[in-house]
Amino acid sequence: MTSHRLNSTLLRHLLLGSIAVAAVLLLSTVLDPYRNLQLTNVAYLVCAAAGLSLLTGLSGQISLGQGALMAVGAYLTALMLADGDSGIPLPVVLLAATIGTALVGVLVGAAAARLRGPYLAGATLAFAIGLPALADYRGLAATLGGQNGLVVFSPGPPPGFTDVPFDRWQLAVSTIAAVITLILLANLMHSRFGRSWRALRDDEVAAQLAGLPVARLQVTAFVVSAACAGLGGALLAFATGLAAPGAFGLSLSLQLLAVVVLGGLGTIPGAVYGSFLLVFLPTWSASLATRLDLSRDVYANLPLAIYGAVLVFVMLVFPAGLQGGISRLVNKMR
Amino acid sequence: MTESRVLRSAVAALAAAAVLTAAACGGSEGGSGGGADQSAGDSTGVTATSVKIGSHYPLTGRAAPGYSKIGPAAKAFFDYVNDNGGVNGRKIDFVYRDDAYNPAQTVQVVRQLVLQDKVFALVGGLGTPTHTKVVDWLNQSKVPDLFVASGCQCWDQPDKHPYTYGWQPDYYREGKILGKYLAEKFAGKKIAYFFQNDDFGKDGVRGLDQFIDKNQVVTRQAYQPGNTDIGPQLTAIAQAKADVVVSFTIPAYSALLKLGTLKLGIAPQLVISNVGSDPVTLSGLLEAFAKQGGSEVKGSQLIEGIISDAYLPAYLGPEAASNSWVALFKKVHEKYLAKTVFDGNTEYGMAQAYTFVQVLQRAGKNPTRESLLKALDAGGLTGPTTTPFGFSADSHSGVTGVQIVKITKGVPVPDGPPSTTDAATGAVTPFTGTPVEAPANGIPPV
Repeated sequence: MTSHRLNSTLLRHLLLGSIAVAAVLLLSTVLDPYRNLQLTNVAYLVCAAAGLSLLTGLSGQISLGQGALMAVGAYLTALMLADGDSGIPLPVVLLAATIGTALVGVLVGAAAARLRGPYLAGATLAFAIGLPALADYRGLAATLGGQNGLVVFSPGPPPGFTDVPFDRWQLAVSTIAAVITLILLANLMHSRFGRSWRALRDDEVAAQLAGLPVARLQVTAFVVSAACAGLGGALLAFATGLAAPGAFGLSLSLQLLAVVVLGGLGTIPGAVYGSFLLVFLPTWSASLATRLDLSRDVYANLPLAIYGAVLVFVMLVFPAGLQGGISRLVNKMR
Repeated sequence: MTESRVLRSAVAALAAAAVLTAAACGGSEGGSGGGADQSAGDSTGVTATSVKIGSHYPLTGRAAPGYSKIGPAAKAFFDYVNDNGGVNGRKIDFVYRDDAYNPAQTVQVVRQLVLQDKVFALVGGLGTPTHTKVVDWLNQSKVPDLFVASGCQCWDQPDKHPYTYGWQPDYYREGKILGKYLAEKFAGKKIAYFFQNDDFGKDGVRGLDQFIDKNQVVTRQAYQPGNTDIGPQLTAIAQAKADVVVSFTIPAYSALLKLGTLKLGIAPQLVISNVGSDPVTLSGLLEAFAKQGGSEVKGSQLIEGIISDAYLPAYLGPEAASNSWVALFKKVHEKYLAKTVFDGNTEYGMAQAYTFVQVLQRAGKNPTRESLLKALDAGGLTGPTTTPFGFSADSHSGVTGVQIVKITKGVPVPDGPPSTTDAATGAVTPFTGTPVEAPANGIPPV
């Protein structure tokens, strides 16, 4: 009985995942390079957003430090790919960056296991602000490149695919990595871990009484989320060719949380919608601002204003985020 | 039940993919191509009536004071040229985007300019830490990357970066000329270096070291552009009891340096390299920073006596009134930028724009990316700069020399003739050529 259910979940997710990858690869041949670049952005943000969605939505731990964990993944990738000819295959680099960030996640999770609610948020906030500044630290500035960051020599397509333009190659790598992450996370959410995390989120005391190892579960959630963020950061470094503190400011962490809430906390589709919003909303609002020919002060702040307005609207109309709203509509239609 | 659920999910996913593809087909503008397959050359960004060029500037953020005016100034000059018939019947469409001096943002906006805006060339991308992150990609994408607004020597590598060209004097040459001047005028004095911790500062310091005796340099302090707290560096300079502080800084940090010396009660001779010493920008920043700190200062008094270097005609003081280039640029400024203040950044933007118009003219009636570069490599460009450009087939370096100036009563007054030098260990020699006059109508003569 259990194995039958397990098979169907895994099968369903694998099927959806393969269709998604195929669809994106097909799409990439039709779209112009800039759209492919934007979709690559969406792909690596999906990794980080999905991890955050799981952490905050499923296990109930607010983290404002997802951006900093992405930085860890990006810098690990940059250090491994710094020489251009390091010879390490790309999947190994991405995996190593993911594992490295997961280890940092163990530390963060262990430190955060005693904290709840706003105190946890505060601790992760401090982490988000402090970590990128480490690049400037006297002893490390030489290896980490300081404010200027490290340039990444992104490996090109493997032999046999060398005609594929770079933007499509980057989109392919990012999409496959993102879909694998989503499949793994989706399976995790349907598994014993997912149920334990939900129990923890809803009532910690009851969960403890039921025999769930609270601290271990919390740290595990942090590790999973950190691994996702690490992969997202690694893909960011691969796609943009740069790992610099400027890419991982506080605004990234805050925006990730905001769009994950907007999309639907604790759901995979929510993370996807959120990432699309995060990439396309600033572009749309910027083009809107230029078309309306606004003054520079308004132009620079318009994306944030629109963000805030969309956030307020979605929270009022769909408190469970976009995915919550969509589920309600789908249920009504059934 | 499970199978039908699997099937339903599959159908839903396929439907979504189909919708997305349909939307994309309808939405993508122009698709790929755009002139890249012509046998004559790559004319992406060129139409029958316009040439589209792009750039990135720090319009917001730490480096915005001063530098954010360069883009609008260049645009104003292009508008002036467009209103006078354009170049070979084409108007120049200049698109510039904000990168906030943040290299991560520069990568994004440059890709946007090349892939979405499909510009013909990048003209005047600003910043050493910022542009170094996009120069490899631009060369890989075969996009002309002209007149980088930075003096890093990295733009003068024709074998490694064939599409990239400098414009202003590089920091190494500048350092050499400043170094020779200081070695002569301040022999035996204690000298401190204060510089930005990247290629900008380090190139300048390398130039200084060519002429300044190692024993004279009492301390070398670097700063990161992200961090405005330079207290530790200033303390080190004060403790070393330096008589002279030579700085390779952006304007915000030149101002912080000056205010810092006041706070510590020391008064070394300040020598600030060109990019951080524009009198109008600097005095404005000094007043603004002091006000933030709760005190009132008079900017013009604080910049008195600062030594710097220049390669464009002075736009302040009695000399400015009789200079044909300043008259031209002020005329353009009056017409298109009347609401802003004319300063060194305005002059810089317009001078760069003038040089680009010259090159575009020489690129021929049907410019391609290749003909643009060929026109540059042919050399022989003349303009408002006091010393000549170094463009040739083997050199992509811009202006080859500077003139030492000292700010006296708010006006940079030259101290000696301009000097030129090479990009290696050659000597600094005075330049004796005569300056070129601006064309009467402001359009470069063909």
